[in-house]
Amino acid sequence: MKNNPILRVISKTLFAPIILYGLYVQFHGDFGPGGGFQAGVIIAAAFILYGMVFSLDELKLLAPPSIVHALMALGALIYAGVGIATFLLGAEFLNYDVLADYPAKGQHYGIILVEFGVGLTVASTILGLFMAFAGFDIPKNTARDKNRKAVGRSQNKRASDD
Amino acid sequence: MSTLFINISLVSFMVVIALMITFSHRLFAIIIMSGAYSLISAAMFVNLDAVDVAFTEAAVGAGFSTVLFLAAMAWLPAEEKRHKALLILPLIICLVTGSLLMWAVAYLPAFGDPTSIVHQHVAPRYLAESYDKLHIPNVVTTVLASYRGFDTLGETIVIFTAGLGVLLILMGKTGRTHNPTTSNDTARDEDVNEK
Repeated sequence: MKNNPILRVISKTLFAPIILYGLYVQFHGDFGPGGGFQAGVIIAAAFILYGMVFSLDELKLLAPPSIVHALMALGALIYAGVGIATFLLGAEFLNYDVLADYPAKGQHYGIILVEFGVGLTVASTILGLFMAFAGFDIPKNTARDKNRKAVGRSQNKRASDD
Repeated sequence: MSTLFINISLVSFMVVIALMITFSHRLFAIIIMSGAYSLISAAMFVNLDAVDVAFTEAAVGAGFSTVLFLAAMAWLPAEEKRHKALLILPLIICLVTGSLLMWAVAYLPAFGDPTSIVHQHVAPRYLAESYDKLHIPNVVTTVLASYRGFDTLGETIVIFTAGLGVLLILMGKTGRTHNPTTSNDTARDEDVNEK
């Protein structure tokens, strides 16, 4: 699909607007429909489109798997971290009232932080799953393992011969 | 009235697609049709004023799971295995389970009934005080992130652990421990340590 100019141009043009829409859904979730779960999937969709049109290797350059896997945990940590922060500020776990001067403002801060954590976890989990599914290769691996075993055996043999 | 009419036509679409999925044997067609099924159910959620649910259904059900199924299809034959004999036992189990569920439906509260028990517990309090207390117009967000914040934390951790499990299953074989260069490196490190 990499050599089709229509797909290539359109997917590159759509990449930024999709992410912008995802951010809108993420941070406008207090006022309209949406929130972290939906925004996470939309942002991951932009990367998946890129990976489908260009190759998986290009996608791995854009979003290195190690960073994606770390972001999976970071999102959940941000969520739990907000809970710990409210703990330390002297309220119950995840009681956002204490995060700012007055309760309603604190609730706004808390909800935006928590939704950001949810969005981060969902986006990176979905992207990680896509990369794992698309990069999954049984026959190649078994072939490689057999080759390696054969190489190892011949090396062992050589070593014993020596 | 128009809502009812639209819902009836959407549900009949879904029934037709479900029957087509049952009788089709080509995996590609089945995957695309299940994506269409999710899209129609998303339209039905919009019609029922559950926009947030419709959003999730359209993004995850119609979009992402279709992509995942297509990626998994690369390792499967194009056609489903055909069973020539009629399978009696599965048919009986399906009929019994289906009739049990239909029997249970008769005891559920009426659809959209505001006086049913689930709408009497905490929902009226959330709806009444949500805007005055939090100044956030979308009550779905306040219930999800504030009133039920602990549940959503659990939900996020479920997504994280589920993703982690799938990644471990799919990437276990290709992990770095099998890579000959890194194993050499560790061996060299051990040598250095010994010295």
